Amino acid sequence: MVAVILPGNASCQGCPISMAMRCLDEIENPVLVIPAGCSTVIAGIHPNSAMKCPVVHSPFTAAPSVACGLSEAYKRMGVRANVIAWMGDGAVDISFSALSASAARKDDYITIVVDNEAYMNTGTQASLSTFWKARTTTSPAGKTEERRNIALLMLAHRIEYAATASVGYLRDLKRKFRKAGEMRGFRFIHVHAPCPPGWRFPSEKTVEVARKAVMSGAWILWEYDGEFRLSKEGERYALKENRIPLREYLKQGRFSHLDDKEIEELEKKIDEEWKTILKLF
Amino acid sequence: MKKLLTSNEAIAEAVRIASPDIIAAYPITPQSPIVEKLAEMVDSGVLDSTFVRVESEHSAMAVIHGAATAGARVFTATSSHGLAYMFEMCWWIAGSRLPAVMAIATRSIGAPWNIHGDHTDIMSLRDAGWILAMAESAQEAFDMTLQAFVVSEKVCIPVAIGIDAFTMSHTAEVVVVRETKLPDRKQNYRIHPETEVAVNAVTMGDARMKARYDLARDLESSAKVIDRTDTEFGGYGGMVERYRLDDADYAVVMAGGWSGDAKEAVDMLREENIRIGLLRLRFIRPFPEKELKNLPPRVLVVDRANTGIRGILGVEVSACGVDCKNVIAGIGGKNVGVTGFYSLFKKFVDGRIGDVEWLL
Ligand code: SF4
Repeated sequence: MVAVILPGNASCQGCPISMAMRCLDEIENPVLVIPAGCSTVIAGIHPNSAMKCPVVHSPFTAAPSVACGLSEAYKRMGVRANVIAWMGDGAVDISFSALSASAARKDDYITIVVDNEAYMNTGTQASLSTFWKARTTTSPAGKTEERRNIALLMLAHRIEYAATASVGYLRDLKRKFRKAGEMRGFRFIHVHAPCPPGWRFPSEKTVEVARKAVMSGAWILWEYDGEFRLSKEGERYALKENRIPLREYLKQGRFSHLDDKEIEELEKKIDEEWKTILKLF
Repeated sequence: MKKLLTSNEAIAEAVRIASPDIIAAYPITPQSPIVEKLAEMVDSGVLDSTFVRVESEHSAMAVIHGAATAGARVFTATSSHGLAYMFEMCWWIAGSRLPAVMAIATRSIGAPWNIHGDHTDIMSLRDAGWILAMAESAQEAFDMTLQAFVVSEKVCIPVAIGIDAFTMSHTAEVVVVRETKLPDRKQNYRIHPETEVAVNAVTMGDARMKARYDLARDLESSAKVIDRTDTEFGGYGGMVERYRLDDADYAVVMAGGWSGDAKEAVDMLREENIRIGLLRLRFIRPFPEKELKNLPPRVLVVDRANTGIRGILGVEVSACGVDCKNVIAGIGGKNVGVTGFYSLFKKFVDGRIGDVEWLL
C-alpha cells in the first residue's frame, strides 16, 4: 500500500493532523472529502497535492452530504471505495445537522474528526469542542460554554461504529482506522489532536500533551462496534487514583490563566464525564 | 402519450425519462410535488434511482454535488428560501464544472412571508455560473427538463429550469409525454478511488481567475448547444421565442409563465392595429444578447424581480445597449393577468411609461 500523505506537506511542525493522516494507510480504497480547515492546506495548494489518494475538497458546511453523494453513487456504479469525510471540529459545528442526518440514514462512509479543539485555520477561535475555560481568540478570558461530546452524540444515532482515539496512541488509532475501514455503514472516529500553535505548547510535545490528556482522564478512549468498551490504552484511568494530576495536562499556554479553584471545577467536569461513560457498559 | 399534468408533474415525468442515478431533495412549497412524485416512482420501481432524503436544501445540493463528482446523473428541485439556503453549494457545483439539473418553482423570498410566484429566487443564481432556463407551459417544462440533461452533460455546466409558482407548478395542462432515450452521461472528470486527483484544492489568484474565465466563456458558448438541441426538444426557437415581432414597432421583453397572458394582450392590441410583439427569454443565462439586437425601436422590459435600481431583466437588457422602459410587476404572486398586461402595454404604446415603474 502506498503512503497516503507525502512528506514536505504544509502542516506546522508537530502537527497532530498530519500524524493522523499518516495512519490513513490503514484504510483501503480511500476517497477523502475535506471541508475547509487545516487539513485543506495540509492536503496541498493547487496544482500540488500532498495526498496520494483522491481528495474532494468541499465547503465547510458540506462534507457529510458530499460524502453521502459520493458513496451512494459508488454503490450504484459497483465501485469499491471507502469514502472518508475528514474534518476538524469547526466543520462538525457548522455541518452538524448534515452529519446527524447522514448518521441517521446510516450512509456508508467513515467520518474522521481531527479535533484540535478550536478553529485553528482561522487563528484559534473557540468551537463547541474547545476545552472548558481554554483561552482562544474569541474566548480571551476562557471558554464559558459546555464542551460538546460529539462522539457520544453520534453514538446515539445507533451507528455501526463509533470510537475516540488520540494521536498520542497511534497503535490504537491505527487499529480503529483499520477496523472502520473493514466495516460498512456509518462509522465515526473522533481523534484528539493537540495543536502546538493553537494550544501554545512547544511543537515537539504533541505526543506528550496528547498522552497527558488521556492519563489525566481529560480524554477518554472508547469504542463501540455493537458493544461498548473502554480501549486498553486508557482503561486504567477510569480509576481516579491511576490518573496523573490534571494540572500536568493543563501546562499549556491556553490554560495559563487558571487558578486552583478553576482547576478543581475542571476536575469535577471530567469526573462527571467519566461517570456518564462508565454507565454505558 | 398525452397526459393532463401540472408543470411539477411534467418535470417529474421528464426526470423519470432521464433516469438520474441520484435524486436528493428537501420539501419546499410549491416544489414539493415534483420530488414527492419522484419518490413515489422510485418506491414503486417505475424509476431506478437512489432517492436521498436530506435534512435541508443545502445538503440536497451537496449530495448531488458529491454524486456528480463520482460521475452520477443527478437531479434536485427547490424554490425560494430553499434556493437561498443551497446558494453556497450552487456555486460549488458550477465551479466544479459538474453537470446537474435542478427545477425551481420560482417564488418570492421573504421577508415578509410569501409563498407565491415571482422570479426573485431564480434570478439570484445569475452570477453563480449556472445555465438558467424559464419555461412558459407544462409542455415546455417537460421538454426543457429533458433538454437540460443533454445540454448540461455536453457543456459540463449545471442547469436550472424555472416554472412560475402555482400558476405553473399547480395548474394542469395537456402534455405530450415523449418517451426518449438520452445519450449516456458525459463529464470532464470523475473521482474514483484510483484517480490520483485533488479536486477544488486551494488556488492562488491565477488558477481561480482561469477557472472563472473558462466557465464564463463556456457558459456563453453553451447558447449554441442550446440552439442545436432545441429542435430535438420541442423546437421553441432556441434561446428566445419571438412572438409577432417580425413587423413590430413595439417590443415587450419578458420571461416565464406569465408570458402567456402577455401574449394574449399582444393579440388584443394587434386587433386594434397596434404593431406590437413579444420577445420571450427562454434562457437568462447565457443571456440572449444576440437576439436582443434586432428589436423594434421601442422596447418595454417587464420584470418579476427587482434590483435596487430597476428590474433585473431591465438591468440586463439595458446592459446590452438596448434603450428600454422597465416595469416591475407581479411580485409575490400579485396578479397582472391579460387585462392588466393589456392596459400596461397600451400605456407603453401611448408613451406614458417612465424609465422605471412599479405596477403596484
Ligand atoms: S494549526 Fe495546529 S492543527 Fe493546524 S496545521 Fe498547525 S499544528 Fe496542525
